[in-house]
Amino acid sequence: MATKPRIKLDKTQAKKGDLVEVKALVQHTMESGQRKGPDGKPIPRKILNKFVCTVNGKEVFSADFEPAISANPYIQFKFRAAESGPVVLTWTDDDGSKIVGEEKITVS
Amino acid sequence: MNFNINRRQALTIGAGAMVAATAGFADIALADKKAADEAIAKFAGGKAPVAGKVKLDLPEIAENGNTVPMMVAVDSPMTAQSHVTEVLVLADGNPAPAVVKFHFSPASGVAEAATRIRLAKTQNIIAVAKMNDGSVFMGTKQVKVTIGGCGG
Repeated sequence: MATKPRIKLDKTQAKKGDLVEVKALVQHTMESGQRKGPDGKPIPRKILNKFVCTVNGKEVFSADFEPAISANPYIQFKFRAAESGPVVLTWTDDDGSKIVGEEKITVS
Repeated sequence: MNFNINRRQALTIGAGAMVAATAGFADIALADKKAADEAIAKFAGGKAPVAGKVKLDLPEIAENGNTVPMMVAVDSPMTAQSHVTEVLVLADGNPAPAVVKFHFSPASGVAEAATRIRLAKTQNIIAVAKMNDGSVFMGTKQVKVTIGGCGG
């Protein structure tokens, strides 16, 4: 499952105060715990339950996912450009493992 | 003549089945609505949510309930003095009403986020937004679902 997330910023060079849009897609089955396997037993829940985006170490946006989020979760949000630095997106799995993606933003 | 009787029988059976099915659905929907209302009350922390400010963008009809695009936007200046802190999205007809909770801050610039969600059946989507001053706003939108997305 350790596939690289696909992340797209609508601009990598921004003026201070500009809104930057982030779109991200990550591969994950997001097993809801509602489905039943061939043996009739429910398949245990296994989802990404937390998403956090930090810019230059400061959190700008986060989300708590529930099983009602589709497989291969897509997330889109915006942040206000304040300082240059790495844009780090982190998804946390139910089992504690993390999927991390990184982009860069230059603020002038 | 035979054809007529058959058709009547077929209609009676059909109508009976429909009544049974509707009754079953109504029960489930009621239970989930209660859970959704409880979740809203817990999130709002005693405040009554005011309708408005929250815009939900979803398709009128979703053919595939497994992946329904959903966007929520809250009207707010997003300054340190006045901003949206959290937005809770609920689906009152899903086995569990909670869908997602977005956390915003003034660094977000705008209280707007989109994702793709699962919907079990035709139902109302509710978004509740909490402001930094404690006031609570909500918006709803009904989505018709052709094929449910919660598995068997």
